[in-house]
Amino acid sequence: MAKPTASPVRTGIVHLALIIYTLIALFPVFLTVINSFKDRASIFRDPLGLPTPSTFSLIGYQTVLGQGDFVLYFQNSFIVTGVSIFFVLLFGAMAAFALSEYRFRGNTLMGLYLALGIMIPIRLGTVAILQGMVAAGLVNTLTALILVYTAQGLPLAVFILTEFMQTVSDDLKNAGRIDGLSEYSIFFRLVLPLVRPAMATVAVFTMIPIWNDLWFPLILAPSDATKTVTLGSQVFIGQFVTNWNAVLAALTLAIVPVLVLYLIFSRQLIRGITSGAVK
Amino acid sequence: MSTVEQSFVSQGEDKRRRRWHILVFLLPALLVYTAVMILPLVETLRLSLFNVRDNQSVFVGLDNFQVLFGDPRWAASFWNALRNNFVFFVIHMLVQNPIGVALAALLSVPKLRFGAFYRTAMFLPTLLSFVIVGFIWKLILSPIWGVSPFLLDLVGLKSLFSPWLGKPGSALIAVSLISVWQYVGIPMMLIYAAMLNIPDEVLEAAECDGVTGWSQFWKIKLPLILPSIGIISILTFVGNFNAFDLVYTVQGALAGPDGATDILGTLLYRTFFGFQLQIGDKSMGATIATVMFLIILSGVCLYLFAIQRRMRRYQF
Repeated sequence: MAKPTASPVRTGIVHLALIIYTLIALFPVFLTVINSFKDRASIFRDPLGLPTPSTFSLIGYQTVLGQGDFVLYFQNSFIVTGVSIFFVLLFGAMAAFALSEYRFRGNTLMGLYLALGIMIPIRLGTVAILQGMVAAGLVNTLTALILVYTAQGLPLAVFILTEFMQTVSDDLKNAGRIDGLSEYSIFFRLVLPLVRPAMATVAVFTMIPIWNDLWFPLILAPSDATKTVTLGSQVFIGQFVTNWNAVLAALTLAIVPVLVLYLIFSRQLIRGITSGAVK
Repeated sequence: MSTVEQSFVSQGEDKRRRRWHILVFLLPALLVYTAVMILPLVETLRLSLFNVRDNQSVFVGLDNFQVLFGDPRWAASFWNALRNNFVFFVIHMLVQNPIGVALAALLSVPKLRFGAFYRTAMFLPTLLSFVIVGFIWKLILSPIWGVSPFLLDLVGLKSLFSPWLGKPGSALIAVSLISVWQYVGIPMMLIYAAMLNIPDEVLEAAECDGVTGWSQFWKIKLPLILPSIGIISILTFVGNFNAFDLVYTVQGALAGPDGATDILGTLLYRTFFGFQLQIGDKSMGATIATVMFLIILSGVCLYLFAIQRRMRRYQF
């Protein structure tokens, strides 16, 4: 049944507005990517033109891959992000299970204590974090970043996973108990597989700020061997600021992994947000 | 049979037996969270009450705050950063959140085609790192490249162009708008989710009463999504008073031109870490972090106790 309000003119205006904003959102990315494949002269002569056979050039990419240690930076980012997410999910799910499954004294208080970190940014503790990392000899190691990001990701993970674990049926867990499963097996073999969708949502939410963070790599791990790709491209672009080919190529290289991951996970991410996981 | 009874009924009795499981489950998260997040936060607050005198750390009470608020060497840059941060926040509230709400309202038009495509495309900038966003816009707004004068020329407004990022009067607005461009996806998605949760019966009832289109948005949908607007406001507040990265990538640590885009995050970075001729100062860094902490905390408390309580939650 067509709604009486859905007149073609109105629908047209809605689409027009959405298309205009979509263009605003995508244009800068598009502009960067097309110009990274052009030679220097045509970047300036015709910034909006697509690369043609006569203007096509990979000189920017050659500079980036020849001069910067981008492979290493990517590797660092992957290690830091991957290991942090692993610990956030494991520790977060364990704590969420304890909070949602068992009644014990201080349960609510513990939940509130762990939720504090959702609103208060970990960045404000930087002065003492650096001091602690210096004392522990962890400055300029990936371990320092992994520790910080794990702590940063835990509050939201515990919060979201607790809500989801409350929906896992008690009958199932009790059936497991009758079959003689230990509490640990119940968690790992019964509950974890059931909350996998929630874990994926948490993983995506946790991953984005870690991958994109500039502050902690800059302060805790700025050495060449431990630079993440975000910090690495920041420094690289700073040095090559007049080499537009190299800058545009470096930007494109930094966009690609995010873009690929987004296209894979966008359904998960958007469903996660719209199902109210972050409320 | 006895096990069944136990797990079903006597939760009090086997609490003692289970205690170790609970501890094992909680301990890793608690340890990491407390050691890396809570203790450093407390230690930072503590450090703000100490300063170095004759190479020794001594308790100075609120002296650091007095220096920060009143000493001519510090006060000017602190108040400047605080004011800029407020402007930064106000621009987000006035531009980012209304655009987010408008886009969400458009996306939730019933039977909209390509809805998923629009959502995916408009959320993309939110995922890009500040480094990418900062440099892309720096290039686009650069007078050397000529992309923005060219585009303005297309709509006949070329005379309006100026190097916005380089002028003290417009730099802060330009940086704020870049940040708005990046983050508009978050309010859009949260409001969109809230609008999806409005039951069809309510909207149909409104339509039967002749409330459609604009008046339906203002009279029916907006009141129902107010709690979500509260949430995006507090998220914006916390995010803005904690911001650093975008200003750093666009304008550098000095937050130029002439401190025009300096916000608390960049001030904290320069103070604590040192920059060029300035030597890093741990005590003053901790003091600025404490001020940021108090600002964010008061915003969160205001939200939790004053705003969220008064807002009526509609349960369907």
